[in-house]
Amino acid sequence: MTTVKTIIRDAPVEVCRPWLRYDLRHDAWTSLARAAATEGQVLLALWADTMKVHALFLDHADLTIVAVSTSAADGWYPALSPVLPAASLFERMIHDLWGHRAAGATDMRGWLDHGAWLLSHPMATRPGPPVQPDEPHHIDPDDAMILPLGPIWGPLDEAAHLRLALDGPWILQAEVRLGFTHKGTLALMQGKSPRIAARFAARLSGDATVAHSVAFARATEAAMEIQAPPRAVALRIAMMEIERVAGHLDTLGEVARLAEAPVARSQCGLLRETLLRASDTAFGHRLMMDCVVRGGVAADIATPGPHAILRALGDIASQLPGIRRLHDAPSLSSRLVGVGRAGGALAASLGVGGVAGRASGVAFDSRNGFMPEYSRFAPRVAVRHDGDAAARQHLRIFEIEESLRLIGAALGDLPDGPVTVALAPVSGEGIGCAESVRGTVWHWLRLDHGQIAAVFPADPGWGLWKLAERVLEHAVADDIDLIRASLALPASGMDL
Amino acid sequence: MSPTSPPEPVDPAALDSLRARLDEAAQTRLGRSLAIRHINTGSCNGCELELRALHTALYNLERFGLRFVDSPLHADVLLVTGPLTRNLKAALEQARGATPEPRWVVAMGDCAVDGGVFRGSYAVLGGAGVAVPVDLTIRGCPPAPAMILAGLRTLLEANSK
Ligand code: SF4
Repeated sequence: MTTVKTIIRDAPVEVCRPWLRYDLRHDAWTSLARAAATEGQVLLALWADTMKVHALFLDHADLTIVAVSTSAADGWYPALSPVLPAASLFERMIHDLWGHRAAGATDMRGWLDHGAWLLSHPMATRPGPPVQPDEPHHIDPDDAMILPLGPIWGPLDEAAHLRLALDGPWILQAEVRLGFTHKGTLALMQGKSPRIAARFAARLSGDATVAHSVAFARATEAAMEIQAPPRAVALRIAMMEIERVAGHLDTLGEVARLAEAPVARSQCGLLRETLLRASDTAFGHRLMMDCVVRGGVAADIATPGPHAILRALGDIASQLPGIRRLHDAPSLSSRLVGVGRAGGALAASLGVGGVAGRASGVAFDSRNGFMPEYSRFAPRVAVRHDGDAAARQHLRIFEIEESLRLIGAALGDLPDGPVTVALAPVSGEGIGCAESVRGTVWHWLRLDHGQIAAVFPADPGWGLWKLAERVLEHAVADDIDLIRASLALPASGMDL
Repeated sequence: MSPTSPPEPVDPAALDSLRARLDEAAQTRLGRSLAIRHINTGSCNGCELELRALHTALYNLERFGLRFVDSPLHADVLLVTGPLTRNLKAALEQARGATPEPRWVVAMGDCAVDGGVFRGSYAVLGGAGVAVPVDLTIRGCPPAPAMILAGLRTLLEANSK
């Protein structure tokens, strides 16, 4: 039988630390997609450079990663989307940025390119003339009412466009279009040193700035075969967990607001603000933007930092039971139970992790298995199976509690020593990851004498929006905002 | 947790120029309150996080007569965040067109001020000022809630003269 393992066994390899990357002929690339689908392997990311298309797979069973590539030198490569639906949005993005066509793809409409740029395929060796704005709709059922939403959404939301086909209050079909906040980030990172490019990694997604910065730094460090010093590693853990607590509090509060639970909302908001002020004291920035650098962290924690953070954690710990009780009370729980239910098989097949995945039974958290620095703290990961907004709220509360413990442990036992190592301008390729507030972020990059030759950051949004389309299809239109907040659907991180 | 934060001082230079503009407009309809519509023109969402923080009781927006509204139709102020992406230029222009006069545009965050780190990208035009006249800028990446509040109060002070 053809399995992923037998397909890659004889393929030529390139070193992509900490793994290998297998170079597949087009036929093997297609067989691998089929084998991966059969074996339940998950497509984590699909991206390109000027010559090749690359894919990252995860085998849940034995927690292994498989990185593969195939040629796009003739301007095309075999599509993965017919067997792996998770590939579809990536294929549209790859065509927009590099011009490589996914032959046989289920959908080749524009994604990032809305016809407003002065060129097309900006990442190609030779970009083309601008494309015509396309009609981005598949949905046009005859008897249904069409409800377009966005791209400018409710106040304080990210930009996204949703097109819904309604039957009375029910959503029959949902179709998402993103790319509005596309900032040309990959082109800005390319050709720069990782030190400079880190500013863009930190600005992919503000609420995951630490996670993206850590994943980018780890990819750089892998490519360079160096490791950040122990003190920096511990400080990074503290920052990542603080970001998780702040992000979860933000989502808890937003969902509570939309579910008309003002007390829970304002409690979460106040606790989050307390934590952001403590972060400012400790690390010099409320969101800890630019605080992680390749080779370590930008600066040591300020002297009053640990005390300020521990005090904020104390506030949160003392109020968390009350927030949990509010969620258990009928007024809030009846509003959340059954809303935005995501099936486990669907979430798994789309590579959805994070809270959305874990609330639907997908027991994946990159801190266990892919971030060895966490092993001495043994993070506990909870999984639920209801897959609805209520399950996600409860999971967030659990994860905050666990993060409080991890921050305390990391800061309580801070190793002495430097917070950065010196780096040489070497060549190499690496992958790094970090567990962000909404799932794992994966960064890949190739360095050429210390400069970025190619780079790709994969945000959890790619899988989440595919999941959201399916989740919305069983929902009532009045729940759209609640579902969106509950899944913590992002835009900027995947708009690149 | 600290009590309600003390209001930051307003910038006198910005205040003067705003007063001058307001006299020109000879409008008094705003009084001592401002309805604000937030418009995201390509933000990384960091600026939105600080806007949400501004909504907590610690900053007491109502005390200053500041409120956020859902539609440009009911807004006095468009509060723009993010670099102006080519893909959102039309959306910003539409929002401004839908906002009744006198309207104020505040560019919040380094990106909305001049494109920030994204300046020069093929996908970014620059700051909000490329597409619409900007009345006030609030720098920072992202600006902390206290800075946002100070900026918005500058508008209020100009109004209530
Ligand atoms: S100013 Fe900073 S926080 Fe605000 S959108 Fe730009 S990068 Fe993000």
